[in-house]
Amino acid sequence: MTKLRPRLSLFGIGAFALLLLGVAPLLLTDHWLGNLGKYCCWAMAAVGIGLAWGRGGMLVMGQGVFFALGAYSMAMHLTLETAGDGVPGFMVLYDPLAPLPAFWEPFRSAAFTLLAIVLLPVIVAGLLGYALFKRRVKGAYFAILTQALAVALATLISSTIRETGGDTGLSDFKYFFGFVLDDPANRKLVYLITAALLVVCLLVVRQLYRSRFGELLVATRDAEERVRFLGYDPANVKLVAFVGAALMASIGGAMFVPIVGIITPAEIGAAASILMIAGVAFGGRASLFGPALGAMAVGWGQSSLGSTWPDGWTYIIGALFIVVILFLPNGLSSVLARFTAARRSPGEQPAAATATLQLEEAKS
Amino acid sequence: MSTTSKRLRTLVATGAFATTVALVLAGCGARVGDDTGGGKSSARSCVDTSGSTVKLGFLNSLTGGMAISEKTVSNVLHMAADEINAAGGILGKKIQYVQEDGATDWPTFAEKTEKLLTQDCVGAIFGGWTSSSRKAVKPVVEKHNGLFFYPVQYEGLEASPNIYYTGATTNQQIIPAMDFLASKGVKKLFLAGSDYVFPRTANAIIKLYAAKLGIEIVGEEYVPLDKDDWTTQVAKIKAAKPDFIFNTINGSSNVGFIKAYYDAGLTAATTPIISVSIAEEEAPAMGHEVTGHYASWNYFQSLKTDTNQKFIDSWKAYPKSSGVTSDPMEAAYISLYLYKALVEAAGSFDVDAVNAAAKKNTITFAAPEGTVTLDGENHHISKPGNIGRINASNQFDIVWSSGTFIKPDPFLKGYDWFPANIRDQLVKAAG
Repeated sequence: MTKLRPRLSLFGIGAFALLLLGVAPLLLTDHWLGNLGKYCCWAMAAVGIGLAWGRGGMLVMGQGVFFALGAYSMAMHLTLETAGDGVPGFMVLYDPLAPLPAFWEPFRSAAFTLLAIVLLPVIVAGLLGYALFKRRVKGAYFAILTQALAVALATLISSTIRETGGDTGLSDFKYFFGFVLDDPANRKLVYLITAALLVVCLLVVRQLYRSRFGELLVATRDAEERVRFLGYDPANVKLVAFVGAALMASIGGAMFVPIVGIITPAEIGAAASILMIAGVAFGGRASLFGPALGAMAVGWGQSSLGSTWPDGWTYIIGALFIVVILFLPNGLSSVLARFTAARRSPGEQPAAATATLQLEEAKS
Repeated sequence: MSTTSKRLRTLVATGAFATTVALVLAGCGARVGDDTGGGKSSARSCVDTSGSTVKLGFLNSLTGGMAISEKTVSNVLHMAADEINAAGGILGKKIQYVQEDGATDWPTFAEKTEKLLTQDCVGAIFGGWTSSSRKAVKPVVEKHNGLFFYPVQYEGLEASPNIYYTGATTNQQIIPAMDFLASKGVKKLFLAGSDYVFPRTANAIIKLYAAKLGIEIVGEEYVPLDKDDWTTQVAKIKAAKPDFIFNTINGSSNVGFIKAYYDAGLTAATTPIISVSIAEEEAPAMGHEVTGHYASWNYFQSLKTDTNQKFIDSWKAYPKSSGVTSDPMEAAYISLYLYKALVEAAGSFDVDAVNAAAKKNTITFAAPEGTVTLDGENHHISKPGNIGRINASNQFDIVWSSGTFIKPDPFLKGYDWFPANIRDQLVKAAG
């Protein structure tokens, strides 16, 4: 069994990569491929949530903040690339004579933008996490704080229309690092980059879960005090998971922009952040594939059920959420885990990572 | 452990290689400066008109904050489609509409537009309300060379070859409102609006024109679309003592504004409000009597024309009716008939043929507001400017009219107070 399990998850990722990078581009129309790309962006944020919440026990309810850091960095660069030497059109509308705001200027550079997408979430999450975890802020307090940050950022963006495009958001991007975005071949390229990044995220968390750090993270989630007594600082362990989750959300946000073609505060606020959590809970927060597949399922539901049944689909997702929380607290993937565990040896415990979740729930 | 990590390394290497190959294969698209590869040339229409029907897309927010306004627009589009079908359809083909929900979420508008154009293969899309939704739809219809008919008054400064604007642009609503205020001898004006693209732009234009008219702007306040607490802003209005308030607030935020306004002790007698988003539908829903306040529109239910009476009667008889007619509804109703006229003039549903037919400047429609003419260059229509005052039955008494139909001028080329360099910048930014 010890030899089979690691291979299984690698084969899983391989099959997933083959589906996303090989099969999907051949079978899907441009429209659905674009939609799949969008779900991949949410899935990246979800993989991060799985790391921080599923394995680390930190209920990160404001991943929209980090999604926004990546998305707006990318959107500012693409807006400037489209505007050329001038000031973006929407700024001219509100105040024709004012210059480009100073914080936009560096985003003219492609290299700076890529660095910002990676470094901004690391810096913000690093400082925030350090302050919170060292003070041992956890449980509901941590969740409410992250949620409040998402609300605050969405409100800030909405109310600074000249600097950020406000509620209308940033859109109408023509180019993506020199490539014409209207060209179907280039859109496929953007999709492939996104899908590949999602596969990389999965490989990274798989490796983390299997490492000693992964064990320590689960231990911190389940019995933080004991980890402390053993001589580790749980704050550092949590910090790494939190920063990793922020980085994945930021990359997802950055790719969301060229794929969807628009970013608005509604995509990063409280409701959007909770929808990301919903996907993770739905799929199974502590499993490897659960968060990604759950987020993609929620995204697909929004596109297709939202079309056929606009009034009803939010009730469907609400009802599903209640059912999953009530009967399958570890998400849909736990059904599969239980099934295989039961077949292998009746009475044996399922994977350690999911079994101890109930304990954590009883504590928090 | 060492075997696993070796295997992992192999896998990562294979994955990276496969990804690189895939990217190289895919990465043959157009780059900046290429005119041949991308853009419109690659967009091929999939509209199928070989049968006895033509598919059209209707796109409005049926859920979320804007649903209260947009559902009516969506219903009046259904009515117009039923009417056209009963009269034989467009070029003999019955309209088969696909209704989509924009969910008051701008990226959803973009996604649904793409779905309607590339999956459902509709001939044209009708709907939208907020400028934000239009700005989300615009790049998508331009990319796929589709058609979008937008039925609500807006801030102008836009003319897309793939959009037809059947609501007022600024020189047909904002500028007449300012002319009306000048004729009333207004000296001090306060601007109150929702914080998004339409009010911000409209107010920028109002400030420029006010300077020319000698009207002083004594304050300017914004509140986000989804917020409705106006208490502190109204306190500022009260302190500034304006002669009039220019209200560009959209949606249900108006209810909070009106409440704060009366709570502060302001009245229509001393500090009247002129609105550009409150019509027959909204006036009774303000939660407070709004008699004596003004609105600037092109169409009012109270307009006395035969076509208007017919329009009101059919709407009242329609099953999904709301009982009253309003400007955005009428503009939506016009949009479908205008499309019919365009297609019949072109003799084809092809987008380029439709646009070519528009260029001849001969497309007219006997609308409830009067006979409107389509401008083939900027895709807007001529409209009369009217100011109405709300009476006790929440209808509008028309107190001022531009008299003639005002030609659409989205970029305000005919107005010398609008700085040419700003216009140039905007046109350049719009591409």
